[in-house]
Amino acid sequence: MKIGVVAVQGDVREHLAALERLGVEPVPVLKPVHLEGVSGLILPGGESTAIWRLLAWSGLVEPIEELHRTGTPFFGTCAGMVLLAKEIVNWHERFFGFIDIAVERNASGRQVDSFEVTLVVRGIGEVPAVFIRAPYIRRAGPGVDILAEYGGNPVMAREGKVLVASFHPELTDDLRVYELFLKMCG
Amino acid sequence: MLKGTYRVKTGFAEMFKGGVIMDVTTPEQAEIAETAGAVAVMALERVPADIRKQGGVARMADPKRIKEIMKAVSIPVMAKCRIGHTAEARILEALGVDFIDESEVLTPADPFNHIDKWQFKVPFVCGCRDLGEAARRIAEGAAMIRTKGEAGTGNVVEAVRHMRILNDQIRRLRDMSRAELVSYAKELGAPVEVLEMIQELGRLPVVNFAAGGIATPADAALMRMLGADGVFVGSGIFKSSDPEKRARAIVLATTHYDDPELLAEVSEDLGEPMPGVAIEEIPQEQLMQYR
Repeated sequence: MKIGVVAVQGDVREHLAALERLGVEPVPVLKPVHLEGVSGLILPGGESTAIWRLLAWSGLVEPIEELHRTGTPFFGTCAGMVLLAKEIVNWHERFFGFIDIAVERNASGRQVDSFEVTLVVRGIGEVPAVFIRAPYIRRAGPGVDILAEYGGNPVMAREGKVLVASFHPELTDDLRVYELFLKMCG
Repeated sequence: MLKGTYRVKTGFAEMFKGGVIMDVTTPEQAEIAETAGAVAVMALERVPADIRKQGGVARMADPKRIKEIMKAVSIPVMAKCRIGHTAEARILEALGVDFIDESEVLTPADPFNHIDKWQFKVPFVCGCRDLGEAARRIAEGAAMIRTKGEAGTGNVVEAVRHMRILNDQIRRLRDMSRAELVSYAKELGAPVEVLEMIQELGRLPVVNFAAGGIATPADAALMRMLGADGVFVGSGIFKSSDPEKRARAIVLATTHYDDPELLAEVSEDLGEPMPGVAIEEIPQEQLMQYR
């Protein structure tokens, strides 16, 4: 199975390494042609504004929208979650909007407030979670399953074939969140 | 819940990879940088080219300036403190800047020591010219490294020199026995434990950007080809004739560094680059990289 990782900017290497450890073929996506034959697509951590511009300037926005239309599963961590959300409460741009949630960018604060914690994820159990200038979910549509909360803030959610997390499973050795995503990819 | 851990610091630096960090001196410049796709901005009072020209003592920027820039953009804001100036670093941490650059571009404050960066919640980036310097900064707690180059020159040769030296030394380290590594640590003035970590990984344990003299999209692409995870652009953007266009071109070139056709396209018609300086024309005592 081939899983794509959007590779225009961000912590791509960590996502590729996690996928490799799980025995699937990771594909860094820099051009539309790299999307051919992927069974799922990951949007990594990074700066959402930079990633979005680079996707647009690299001609990747439409091909990725097409991938979503044809039912390919998506997984976004941190900036990836911002890019997949339908609405961003504190930003004037709207990105892919594949999942019916409103997120607040940098909701956990500036870098001095970034933290790590043990999180309880529904269906998985305790997971080490690194939050870095993290977005939180402020509203979720009726079809959205909230899978984890921290301090009363929803931080992981799934709607159909779209999975999002405020934190960075790619920065820890725990692969169970990826296993959940790979199950969605079939 | 743990704040300011090494994983939280180095993990944040991983998020910058493939990106461009731009020097800005005003909120307006910061907005231009954000719109052009910068992953972070470096808030400064003067860009390195002006510091070089005007001389005198270069210090941390006015907190008011830094706060204005933090208010203007949603991307991370970095700021520089003088080498060894723990008080400036504490001020920057209190302001809530996202990363501190303990930088040779400012006038050094401590002739003996760098800052003990383990004592801070905010992460630090430090410059290096070779593996020994990188390893010492990592031992002091730096969460990110950048090769120094020669800031404010618009001349990429020193950035290339430092990256090539670093690469070569890491390559040699990889094949060393334990005894050779200990002796190499002595030669480099580097801690054995940090070299062991680098040997095991085959690279630095933290993100490594290139800095100092990058002025064109081709310069950025060259540094990426040499293995830099991303680039800092200081004077190169806002000392050029069309900062918006050049900033965007450098962002694209940093990502698509191995696509020559795209590099040709983005390099076209960018207006005048910043004026450059030959390194030989700079008196030895004015070179920032030896600080």
